[in-house]
Amino acid sequence: MTAIRIPPVLRAQVGGAKQVDVPAGSLEDVLGALVTAHPGLQAQLFTDEGELNRFVNVYVDGQDVRYLDGLATAVAEADTVMILPAMAGG
Amino acid sequence: MPKSYADLLREARAEIRELSPTEADLARETDPRTVLVDVREASEWEQGHAAGAVHVGKSYIEQDIEAAVPTRDTPVILYCAGGIRSLFAAQTLRAMGYTDVASMSGGFQQWKSQGLAWQAPRVLSDAQKQRYSRHLLIPEVGSDGQAHLLESKVLLVGAGGLGSPAALYLAAAGVGTIGIVDFDVVDVSNLQRQILHTTDRVGERKVESARKTINALNPEVNVVGHEEMLTTTNVDRIIAGYDVILDGTDTFETRYALNDAAVAAGIPVVHASVFRFEGQLTVFKPYEGPCYRCLYPTPPPPELAPGCSVAGVLGVVPGIMGLLQANEVLKLLLGIGDSLAGRLLLFDALDASFTELHLKRDPHCPTCSDEAVAARAAGTPLATTSPSDGGVFILGGQA
Repeated sequence: MTAIRIPPVLRAQVGGAKQVDVPAGSLEDVLGALVTAHPGLQAQLFTDEGELNRFVNVYVDGQDVRYLDGLATAVAEADTVMILPAMAGG
Repeated sequence: MPKSYADLLREARAEIRELSPTEADLARETDPRTVLVDVREASEWEQGHAAGAVHVGKSYIEQDIEAAVPTRDTPVILYCAGGIRSLFAAQTLRAMGYTDVASMSGGFQQWKSQGLAWQAPRVLSDAQKQRYSRHLLIPEVGSDGQAHLLESKVLLVGAGGLGSPAALYLAAAGVGTIGIVDFDVVDVSNLQRQILHTTDRVGERKVESARKTINALNPEVNVVGHEEMLTTTNVDRIIAGYDVILDGTDTFETRYALNDAAVAAGIPVVHASVFRFEGQLTVFKPYEGPCYRCLYPTPPPPELAPGCSVAGVLGVVPGIMGLLQANEVLKLLLGIGDSLAGRLLLFDALDASFTELHLKRDPHCPTCSDEAVAARAAGTPLATTSPSDGGVFILGGQA
């Protein structure tokens, strides 16, 4: 299983969990499994066209997927996927 | 068998290679790794020293040389006033395993009389030496570094949760000018984390409250108040002349406006943001690392990024993040260490954990890409997304 770290602002959509484990695969598979289990996240993560929203950054093992293969990035079992929205607070 | 001074000097001369000032200068030119070390007393160093030399007094040479010259095979040339003390100091370095050590004969007197380059260090007052003594003891700061801090100008955008701890420590560190952009007044709900302010100043303008706290800690700091909301129309004027900017705002509008102007002006921004138990921190160093728009090309909808007044925040989180920002500011000013440019540090107070993510410059960034730089130079800046209207605006433009 691959671990997806859920940022605080999205935790309400996953019942308060900090981490959700899903089967490994492509990033599209991994995030697809996440939104299937927690449909409230669909609109937060994806555009109507099925692309990642530009205001949500996703990192696989610390690397921004925009500079890897986007949704086609391979995610291994040992990898950690991190979802990172911008924060405003100061 | 007791030895006389003459015996010791003879032994030192037999062991240590000596170079004339001209030879020493040439050696440094030939091999730029060469370090010229002034081993005189601090009071002599302050009167003037060879240009580019480092100061490690003979009294402390055993304990300080490794910080000044970390590798044992670095060519080192020692000098003192006349060429004697440096001979004995060179023996010490040989005994410590330095393999390429020479002493400059004739010392600084001869260096000067031969017309070689020298400079007078910036000298601190006695009161400053006392106040900043713990900085002066660190070779990476020292008198020169402290003098540089005293001449530095740092702009804090926001005198709130992040700006408060940063302002206190930057003032304590002797940053000479601290600008503060804040148009707000102190509210009682600020006091849970904004430690620049006090209960008896509720209702007072934050800039004034900050000035009182900062100057109570360090009267030497020049506090410059900018009592206005930072916008795309005034940002260029406000940030002009500052060396480093600390972003402690709480809106995306301000963060994007600040980013675009700071990139154009070439001023590094130390960025942090907080949400409840978590914080993010990085340094946006124009053209050397990504900028805010590279990291977040588009602002999120408001429900995904509420500020502290809506979502709440554990008071110590901006405290911790603000201090980490102050640390980055000091490193940038002093030119030491590795800045967080290109790295995003995430802090989770509940886990007490830090996570580091790698950031990259966006080659198509509308603010810091080559194309954006060329467009700005041509007077036709590229369009960027505005957080407020979800549409497009041009910094300083009419669109």
